[in-house]
Amino acid sequence: MPVSLLWAVDVYGRVYGLSTVGQQWDQCRDAQMEFKRVTAAQECCWGIACDNNIYLNVHASDLSIRYQEETYENQRWNPVDGFSERLLPSDRWQWSDVTGLQHQPLDSFQLPSSSWEWEGDWYVDENFEGEPTEKGGWTYAIDFPATYTKDKKWNSCVRRRRWLRYRRYKAMDTWAKIPSQHTTLPDPFSDISCGGWEISEEPRGRLSLWAVSLQGKVWFREGIYHQNPEGASWEEVLLPGEVVQISCGPADLVWAVLWEGQLIVREGISRDCPKGASWAIVESPSSDVGATHVAVGNNVVWVVTKDNKVWFRRGVNSHNPCGSGWISMVGEMIMINVGQNDQVWAISSEDRAVYFRQGVTSSELSGKTWKAITVPRDRDRSQSSLILSLSVFLSAGCFFCGEVRAPSVASDAESDLEKGSADGPGCLVTSTSPDTFVDEDTISHEGDAKAPCAGVALSPSQSGGPLDTQWSNVDLEEAQSQQAQTGAVLDSADTCSLSSVATYTLAMEDPYGGDEHPLWAWVSGGGCSVDSHSQLSWFNSVNTASLVQSVQSMSLSVSPAQTAAWRKQIFEQLSERTRREIDNFKHYEQAIEQSVWVKKGSMQWWRDWKPHKWIDVHFALEQFSGPEGNKDGILFIYYNYYEEKKYLHAFINEVTILVPVLNDSKHTFAIYTPERTKQRWPIRLAAATELEMHDWLALLSVSCCDSRGIQGPPSKQAIWSITCKGDIFVSEPSPGIEAVPYPTPCDQMFWRQVGGHLRIVECNSVGIVWGIGFDHTAWIYTGGYGGGLFQGLASSTDNIYTQTDVKSVYIYENQRWNPVTGYTNRGLPTDRYMWSDASGLHECTRANTKPPSPQWTWVSEWAIDYSVSGGTDREGWQYAADFPASYHGYKTMKDFVRRRRWARKCKLTTTGPWQEVPPIALSDVTILPCAAQSTVDMVPVWAISNKGDVLCRLGVTALTPAGSSWLHVGTDQPFKSISIGAASQVWAIARDGSAFYRGSVSPQNPAGDCWYHIPSPAKQKLKQVSVGRTSVFTVDENGNLWYRQGVTPSYPQGSSWEHVSNNVRKVSVGPLDQVWIIADKVQGSHSLSCGTVCHRLAVQPMQPKGQSWDYGIGVKKPNMKLSPFFVLILSFPKCNGPTK
Amino acid sequence: MADDKDVLRDVWFGRIPTCFTLNQDEVTEREAEAYYLLLPRVSYLTLVTDKVKKHFLKVMRTEDVEEMWFEYEGTPLKWHYPIGVLFDLHASNSVLPWSITVHFKNFPDRDLLHCPSSSVIEAHFMSSIKEADALKHKSQVVNDMQKKDHKQLWMGLQNDKFDQFWAMNRKLMEYPTEEGGFRYIPFRIYQAMSDRPFIQKLFRPVSPEGNAYTLGDLLKEMYPAAITNDGEQKRYQVVIHGIEPLLETPLQWLSEHLSHPDNFLHICVVPTPSD
Repeated sequence: MPVSLLWAVDVYGRVYGLSTVGQQWDQCRDAQMEFKRVTAAQECCWGIACDNNIYLNVHASDLSIRYQEETYENQRWNPVDGFSERLLPSDRWQWSDVTGLQHQPLDSFQLPSSSWEWEGDWYVDENFEGEPTEKGGWTYAIDFPATYTKDKKWNSCVRRRRWLRYRRYKAMDTWAKIPSQHTTLPDPFSDISCGGWEISEEPRGRLSLWAVSLQGKVWFREGIYHQNPEGASWEEVLLPGEVVQISCGPADLVWAVLWEGQLIVREGISRDCPKGASWAIVESPSSDVGATHVAVGNNVVWVVTKDNKVWFRRGVNSHNPCGSGWISMVGEMIMINVGQNDQVWAISSEDRAVYFRQGVTSSELSGKTWKAITVPRDRDRSQSSLILSLSVFLSAGCFFCGEVRAPSVASDAESDLEKGSADGPGCLVTSTSPDTFVDEDTISHEGDAKAPCAGVALSPSQSGGPLDTQWSNVDLEEAQSQQAQTGAVLDSADTCSLSSVATYTLAMEDPYGGDEHPLWAWVSGGGCSVDSHSQLSWFNSVNTASLVQSVQSMSLSVSPAQTAAWRKQIFEQLSERTRREIDNFKHYEQAIEQSVWVKKGSMQWWRDWKPHKWIDVHFALEQFSGPEGNKDGILFIYYNYYEEKKYLHAFINEVTILVPVLNDSKHTFAIYTPERTKQRWPIRLAAATELEMHDWLALLSVSCCDSRGIQGPPSKQAIWSITCKGDIFVSEPSPGIEAVPYPTPCDQMFWRQVGGHLRIVECNSVGIVWGIGFDHTAWIYTGGYGGGLFQGLASSTDNIYTQTDVKSVYIYENQRWNPVTGYTNRGLPTDRYMWSDASGLHECTRANTKPPSPQWTWVSEWAIDYSVSGGTDREGWQYAADFPASYHGYKTMKDFVRRRRWARKCKLTTTGPWQEVPPIALSDVTILPCAAQSTVDMVPVWAISNKGDVLCRLGVTALTPAGSSWLHVGTDQPFKSISIGAASQVWAIARDGSAFYRGSVSPQNPAGDCWYHIPSPAKQKLKQVSVGRTSVFTVDENGNLWYRQGVTPSYPQGSSWEHVSNNVRKVSVGPLDQVWIIADKVQGSHSLSCGTVCHRLAVQPMQPKGQSWDYGIGVKKPNMKLSPFFVLILSFPKCNGPTK
Repeated sequence: MADDKDVLRDVWFGRIPTCFTLNQDEVTEREAEAYYLLLPRVSYLTLVTDKVKKHFLKVMRTEDVEEMWFEYEGTPLKWHYPIGVLFDLHASNSVLPWSITVHFKNFPDRDLLHCPSSSVIEAHFMSSIKEADALKHKSQVVNDMQKKDHKQLWMGLQNDKFDQFWAMNRKLMEYPTEEGGFRYIPFRIYQAMSDRPFIQKLFRPVSPEGNAYTLGDLLKEMYPAAITNDGEQKRYQVVIHGIEPLLETPLQWLSEHLSHPDNFLHICVVPTPSD
């Protein structure tokens, strides 16, 4: 789980963040001001400061926030001037938006706030629908408004071109003020709540922000999304009463509390209307005590009443946002906040500590117990915090007690402070009262009385915490030493009282007790991704000093250097022992003779003869030592054929791959040999239980590896691949794999499984391997092996981590139109099921559809999926003349059927040698193939984020394969595929299907300088690219494989596309320009195969396109419900090894 | 970088080249040739010497044969110690192959246990495993195992099946992460030149403060003389499986990786060779 933050504000208005992996509250250094309230989302945090303005803190990300401004320049042709800016009176503006209705000259564009900066100047967009235009970027038409083409024709009377300019949001990781609308907002805000990010994925990063003003009005912030984090404007929301506080959940729940103590619930919130339509009133949980605070999540509502009692609302969900009844909960709280996954935080009315609700799961939303978060603050007990408090409190006081202090006091205080530090730093504990409920006299009195004690309380060891001198020039070291002499400090009270500032510590003033208890005012977990399984270290009641110590000792015991010494010694001595005691005596007889070892079991086998079906068989694996001492084995399947006992066998050393084929009814796996691969007909077996299948797979896999003498992690030259189910396989390239003219046939490649679950894998020859999960999470290979179903000896002990993946299962709701009732779920007798899979052949209802295999569990409810290609209407429907046909997102007269897609998310948890690379989700990644000269050489890695941003990874070396940070490479449109060749040539495919070449990429300039647009082959949209040493291959959406002709070092863009092959799903080109593809529709002797690994033969310098294909592993069973169950998506380390 | 798994493999497949010669005093029909064998360090002498016995019986008369026993430079070799321990203890700095004398007469009842059959070895081996698990997990793991699991451990050792043995033995090596190790470390410290059998006491892998104890900590407690102090000449070697791990090596790691199949960490303290 990525690291995220829990935000909180203490009673003095200081903002703190607590990391999910952290063990202390870190103060938000940037907050120059005190805050009343904060509300966090994953990517930003909003707050109301003491000046009653709203501030936004956007978390810094490697992905910059760029906003594309565009305007169109329009021209009309006249016989005199040709094309000119002189337009007809009836024409549009000379500079306009895309519709022509809005006048938009270049100089009318202003930066929306001081948080933005221009990235560059205006320029003309020369790309038109995936094709480059003539110079100038003009597109032509007969008249406005009309269809534009890039070619000028005899009747082209008007033309226009698009100008682009980017602005960049620069106020990252700081609190930036949101410009207020003075005209519409006369009264200041008192509460704020953000959420709603799950309502819709479009536009990206959309947020709902609700605010309450002091007069009890509610405002909704329009137009917040990723490229526009500040939003556009405030819209007032009509109310049935005056609101005091509001809470907005991650999805469509919004509740608010009225002055009178009732609650109101927003109804009608949907994708199209995130603001909702109306309010419903819900009475307070207890009849005589009104509610004061409400917090909502996805499916939960928590309420605090005026007597600090906590209530949980039963039966809340999207369909019934009001819920059904109240349950009284344990605990007395002043406020509650619900974050992601319906996790709950609260601040106790008793000790003002932040509590976390433990045990909140989707089945037990109300959780089990409150547990206090006991971690210290970063400045606790260090003097600097007290010094800091000076500057903070002077203004904090203003806010919290409403007393205005002259700024001069502050400056006096500072100068006095400096003086004081020289005299008696023990009393730098300072400041006006933050909670000034007492008047100044009392304060100074208290200060006089208690300051010495404060000094005593600060023991030297405690003050040795992290010190921050940013705030003062006090010599802290000296301060500490003097601090130690507590006796000497006693008389320093005088010094302190000399200064105009009261002197006492926070702890002293604190009515609730010791300094160990920070007093919290507000907490927000909206950005904090934890769930009931998260391992949090927030609850250890250790003090800072011992914490630091234990951290140190921990880090010592695992530090690589230390480990290396004793472990290295053992490894070295063991191999020395082998040399000494065994190597010279190999001719001696072994004391124990190796015997045959048999493991038997019962299974089901998908029989070879028709009609194909599962039959019970006995299964046995016989293992023995081969003649050279290597292990080998034979696999036997004993079955009955018409009452006759028969068996089938396979030699373990001939098995090329073992594939788990999990489906919802059986725990099956397939065994391939070269022969079976040629037939496209594996041995398919089903075990009784998942566990039994895993045991067999692990045993068979170890046995196969033993017979081939393979152990330990994959080599750096290993070829990695992924099946369409997400299983990961590696193959060690045989020396003859690229031999000319007779390479090792690729059906003889041996593939072994590695734990984990990925959708994409990419590797290079120094052992750097990146993967991307189905949920777009980026993963880096750790160098281990095993994990997943490979436990114990088949797995390395280090380097194995938990990995999760999430994917969506889709089903379709189909309807047919009839003249009487319109669209109904009554189809024609010949129609598909009214609830079906994509093909329409199989019935899939919401109730009976199961996760893809027992490994997956549902993590969401069924929801309409609007992100279907072709678009949908507001209810998610797509229309067509008949099933099956091409669907469009709007209804026409000719449409008689419609369908919509429902999606439900499921999650898998496994283990494998993979570690997450947070935080940006990726859709494609590529690694420079060639071997780096040393382990510290930078290896270029490029990626595409799941939103289409192009990213360049910095700091990737063989030692640090995860790199350090992303560099965002700007593009005019989203991209979908990227590949880097051996000579740092970067090619990419944009979403519009055209290709781009990145110029000037070099070690000195890793991100290159500009994109060269390369049109796609005629009428084809490209979808994937792969670059070798010099070759560039692409695959288009219709499965054609293209070779880029005319690529030379001086003209790397090449000249034209040449067709190579069809039925290609994916291509992977190596640094020697080896070409491997995943092909569909490959004919085998028993069946047609889908997703076949193929190797291009006869690829030579003079013939980079090669001649023909050699077909390897890959099978589809035609009558299987789950169509291609085994597709390898290949990535091989474009190594230079195999040819030698 | 090698993996910790490789250590297990190296330990298991440790072999000692051995030369067996028949004792001069035995009555033979013709001269007995020496017999050479690679003995597994982790096994037991009487378990792996069937071939030796067969070899020498060929030259002897049946009536002259009593129970076979072994001796090295005058010391009767205790079959119930693992072979590697016997070698490290008595012969670690001698020339290879290890030269063992085979006797068929005058069984030294005072020094050696009788070993009439391999079931005696099995009983000894299993009782060691149970004792070790009593120390490590209050016997919980070994008691949860079935009879066939126990058999798998024994058969693994008897037939030299690393995978078979470790498939089961890894359960004995597990421990709750939060505790950082076993309850107690099953260890035995053997001393050359001593008549005492071995040192075995209770010792935890982690200090009450949560720090991992090392091999050095153990020796300091159990056998301070074995540790070379600053400025002193090294008097003793601390040998496990024929190697000398650094004293900083964490004890828990050693117990997990360098224990014998009987689950004990056998540590030999032998005098540093004088040359």
